[in-house]
Amino acid sequence: MNRGEVVSGVVLAALGGYIVSEAAHWEYLGPDGPGPGFFPLWYGAAMIVLSAVLVVQNFLAKATVAGRPVNWREVGRVLIVWAGFAVSVALLKVLGFILSFGLFVLFMVAGMYRRPLRVAISVAVGCAAGFYLVFPFALDVRLPIGVLGF
Amino acid sequence: MEIFSGLLQGFAVALTPVNIMWCFIGCFLGTIVGILPGLGPPATIAMLLPLTFQMNPTSAVIMLAGIYYGAKYGGSTTSILLNVPGESASVVTCLDGYQMARNGRGGAALGIAAIASFIAGTFGVIMLMLVAPPLAKFALAFSSPEYFALMCMGLAMVVLLAGKSMVKALLAMLVGLWIAGMGTDLFTAESRFTFGQAELLDGIDFVVVAIGVFALGEVLGNMETREGVAMLPVPKGLRNLLPNVEELKACRFAFLNGSVVGFIIGILPGAGSTVASFISYGIEKAVSKHPEKFGTGVPEGVAAPEGANNAETGGAMVPMLTLGIPGSGTTAILLAAFILWGLKPGPLMIQDNPELFWGLVASMYIGNVILLILNIPLIPLFAQILKLPQYVLYPIIFGISVVGVYSVSDSLFDLSLLTFFGLLGYCMRKLDYPQAPLILGLVLGDAMERALRQSLMMSQGDLSILVSRPLSAGMLVLTALVLAVPMFRKANAWRMKAID
Repeated sequence: MNRGEVVSGVVLAALGGYIVSEAAHWEYLGPDGPGPGFFPLWYGAAMIVLSAVLVVQNFLAKATVAGRPVNWREVGRVLIVWAGFAVSVALLKVLGFILSFGLFVLFMVAGMYRRPLRVAISVAVGCAAGFYLVFPFALDVRLPIGVLGF
Repeated sequence: MEIFSGLLQGFAVALTPVNIMWCFIGCFLGTIVGILPGLGPPATIAMLLPLTFQMNPTSAVIMLAGIYYGAKYGGSTTSILLNVPGESASVVTCLDGYQMARNGRGGAALGIAAIASFIAGTFGVIMLMLVAPPLAKFALAFSSPEYFALMCMGLAMVVLLAGKSMVKALLAMLVGLWIAGMGTDLFTAESRFTFGQAELLDGIDFVVVAIGVFALGEVLGNMETREGVAMLPVPKGLRNLLPNVEELKACRFAFLNGSVVGFIIGILPGAGSTVASFISYGIEKAVSKHPEKFGTGVPEGVAAPEGANNAETGGAMVPMLTLGIPGSGTTAILLAAFILWGLKPGPLMIQDNPELFWGLVASMYIGNVILLILNIPLIPLFAQILKLPQYVLYPIIFGISVVGVYSVSDSLFDLSLLTFFGLLGYCMRKLDYPQAPLILGLVLGDAMERALRQSLMMSQGDLSILVSRPLSAGMLVLTALVLAVPMFRKANAWRMKAID
């Protein structure tokens, strides 16, 4: 049995249940034809059925197919990168794109790839400056601006 | 004969030094716009529109059209090299294009995309020239039931995009339909699945989901180990950077398939290049002798969608020029430009403004040649991107993703959504859920629901309207056949096994 598939099947079945329950509050068929609940009700129901098929398929195959073991160390590394990115996005309002992105690059190069600090700072400054020169400066593309005005 | 003399007149207009210059500027700007994710041709044309008021309308439309089809050429670059689709039509190119880059054939993939774009773009112009008026009438025969059937056909392609598990592909598509349904209902103004967030009332932009799921999901997946500091392979020498004879030979049918599918779907207002690229990829995979290799980096998987994406440009011009009906965001802005210049696109367009119509057609021939000349020598330069170490390349992809999303919406909320969809993309990779069906559901979901509801309104709830009209019935039969392809394959495999 592939535990990941079973868990994702359960999550998707719950999502399907949520879609159907929400759709039930909206009009299904009105005098002018189908209402806003018509389409979601059908794909929500289809999601529940297909999720159930996925879960049942896994239980039936438990004797023959084994899921790949999850390497939590690898997943943890990804979650750290993702959290770093999420923090840099959250900081955009305060620090602006250039500063926030520069700090994220520094974190990636020095923290995740373990490059020397000198290299990490050079890459961070280079990337931030490069983005500034290409987007707002040369192409007039707007980037998030922080409290410092850039 | 009339067409021939019109074309000669068009070349006389388009080959003047001033118009060649505007054509080049349009193609060059379009290529840059296509490479940058988020900054699409509609926004660029809208920005440049005020500058064209002082220009001769023929020169102006030559330049703006150059931006339109130039962006289609450029759009493949980030999809192939970075797995970052800049527009919805480039999503399919990621599937095999990025895999080719990972296999050391990134330059070849870019070359195939450029050649497919040239062939299909030229085919689109020839068809625009030859069959514009009758085909425009055919497009008018399309009503809501036909659009619903067309969207069903597009969604049926999910069976051809599925990886190992059809159930997972269908589930991914349903999630795409759900995301497409978020926001305000167009018919009743009911807000659906907005979780009380005002920012979700307008729905979720496709760019946010596509960049998150494809680009960030891919980068996060590659970040699992630090050992991956090795660079992506880039072969040495110009010859190895370009497609070889075998690869071009493998793409013969794909060039034709992309050209025809792209043009026909381009004519239909609202269908767009995304549907064209998905359907041409699906057809290519369905008729291939090695469908199992699709998604691992086959050149046909790049040629078909890229061709369709470019031929669609010629097709989209047909209803715009001959009926005054814009089929996409870009042609809507071009139509506005025509009106601002005092021109009236419609049935009398060719008769009243032959210089402009034929000048535009001839300039599109010239533009396709310019783009091929412009793009092929740039391949070695673009391929250098892959030589960057991962600790430089990956942060750049994160940065481009942020800029791409923010340039479309100016919204920090959308960047939070991007973060979420990045994680979703990683989870999908990890759990072997194919990402393309999710995008397919997202792109087609809204249009499909609208077409279905309009159809049922037309028939007062009677579903038989979908099968009682010949065009929609025909397309629904085709949809059923596409859905039956995996069953035929399975039955065939069992038969072969039994024989063995």
